[in-house]
Amino acid sequence: MTLKSLTRAWEPMSYGFLDGSAKREIRRKMLKAIAVPGCQIPYASREVPMARGWGTGGLQISCTLIHPAMRIKVIDQGADDSVNAASIRNFLARVSGAPVTMDTLQADLIQSRHRIPEERLRADQILVLQVPNPEPLRSVQPNMSIARQMHADADYGRMWLQLYEQIVRSGRVMQGASYPSLVNGRFVMTPSPIPRWDVPKLNMAQHLTILSAGREKRLYAVPPFTRVAPLVFDDVPYRVEDHGHLTCQRSGAAGYFMNEIPQADGTSTFEVSDSELGVKTIRKAEGAPAHIGRTWYENGRLVQ
Amino acid sequence: MTLTLDTPQLVKTQPLLVARNVSKSYGAVHALRDVSAVVYPGEVLGIVGESGSGKSTFLRCLNLEETPDSGSYTLDLPDVQGNLFDLDRYARRMLCATRIGIVYQNPHLGLLMHHSSSGNVAERLLVAGERRFAVLRDKASAALDASEFPLDRMDAPPVELSGGMQQRVQLAKAIALEPALLLLDEPTTGLDVSVQALVLDTLKRLQQDRRITMVIVSHDLGVIRTLSDRVMVMRRGQVVETGLADQVFQDPQHAYTQQLVHAKL
Ligand SMILES: Nc1ncnc2c1ncn2[C@@H]1O[C@H](COP(=O)(O)OP(=O)(O)OP(=O)(O)O)[C@@H](O)[C@H]1O
Ligand SMILES: [Mg+2]
Repeated sequence: MTLKSLTRAWEPMSYGFLDGSAKREIRRKMLKAIAVPGCQIPYASREVPMARGWGTGGLQISCTLIHPAMRIKVIDQGADDSVNAASIRNFLARVSGAPVTMDTLQADLIQSRHRIPEERLRADQILVLQVPNPEPLRSVQPNMSIARQMHADADYGRMWLQLYEQIVRSGRVMQGASYPSLVNGRFVMTPSPIPRWDVPKLNMAQHLTILSAGREKRLYAVPPFTRVAPLVFDDVPYRVEDHGHLTCQRSGAAGYFMNEIPQADGTSTFEVSDSELGVKTIRKAEGAPAHIGRTWYENGRLVQ
Repeated sequence: MTLTLDTPQLVKTQPLLVARNVSKSYGAVHALRDVSAVVYPGEVLGIVGESGSGKSTFLRCLNLEETPDSGSYTLDLPDVQGNLFDLDRYARRMLCATRIGIVYQNPHLGLLMHHSSSGNVAERLLVAGERRFAVLRDKASAALDASEFPLDRMDAPPVELSGGMQQRVQLAKAIALEPALLLLDEPTTGLDVSVQALVLDTLKRLQQDRRITMVIVSHDLGVIRTLSDRVMVMRRGQVVETGLADQVFQDPQHAYTQQLVHAKL
């Protein structure tokens, strides 16, 4: 055995940017996360050429999963064409040679910040969500080691108390994005800052969701066909944002999550937040070929 | 030390609480030395003793917040078996959260000062698994009402309440789940005399109406005399005398108790 036989030839860069050992570690942690749905698994977050807090957690997952035949889609707040989404998409394509797409139906891997696409994801697709704060207990227990113990004991009384307090003070649950949700009846997780509108999409979904926080160095997962239940009192129903009746002023798409655009006269107009869905709707109206898949919401209502 | 079991009339023969030879040291300080106690269902055990005699330490042991160096502790409850000091953290938490209520001298130890008072009570119900908001409201207000807390202030945070009101919130929290055992550590100390009398009245009424088994700690003989069926006198981590309340107060046996009783009179 020679030293040469044990080492590999010099490469200018590892495939998918991360080196083999980093990817192996992340892969193992992902398997662990899938085995224990909703449980936060610490991992050694690597340096990637992007500042922490801009999606480095999601990017490391994507870099680990990617292969040359995988179609990648990257969205930021629902938009494929924002600067941040475009930069991550270009980077992923460059380090992997993988093809990119904006079409949700065509994508094998979707990295997203703050949204889940409106078109239903399938069992052969993976959703990677970027997470700024993975700890749902942070607001009730700033001490991380105690919070970990609370997860271990399923000690979520304080979490529920927080909801109770919101209803007592404001007459309703004020929590908007990052709505705490119980995964598989065991761990409370934050679904990342997706709107309440998107949380039910995770429940018993066909696809795998991996959530990853680069700065906080933790990842967790919602495997396919896993129960995800937002924390709600039995007699105070969960309510999604009141967008079901709104129509996108650019595309005419109606009944989806919208971005509100304030106008000079004090009113607002709305644009569909899932930009690719808007594009498809316009194409369709113009008679161009466009296939819109089945959506989670139909006519503004969630279809289970 | 041998334990004298002065069984009062009116109670079952099987004790609810049996603690035997509980010892606890903090470094060189022997906070508890072979302390044993027996409490029967529906009975009130009063613990008196000078400052530093180990009363609070013993109560913390009974609330499973503190693990003694040696000794055993059993509660005669369905599904509760063995020496409770051997339970793991999770089992302790569930037992304390559902079966034992505690009122601390310092409300900061027992309450979230910036949450609503009703929320403080509701937390106990939430930990026990109640998930109906309307039921939480009803039960929290019933417990606050039983503690004679003014219901128009039920959503005020304890930080805005007087000391006496804070103790009532603690009490409501402690009784919200109808605990098998209620522990009270100097519940009226630090309150002014008239407020103290009112809180004592509430405790007395609760005791009469619900026959809750209680262990109450105080260095105030008056408080102990008002509430207790039986009395345990502690000094320097040891029990020096136990007996029926009337007996101990009228005919103290131990020199230290005699000193205490006479100083009071
Ligand atoms: N956490 C601790 N660490 C170190 N020493 C302690 C601790 N808790 C209690 N002690 C010591 O144990 C002894 C008994 O204390 P404890 O608080 O039980 O007394 P007490 O009877 O409740 O007194 P008081 O009437 O002043 O409340 C004291 O000497 C105290 O200093
Ligand atoms: Mg004390």
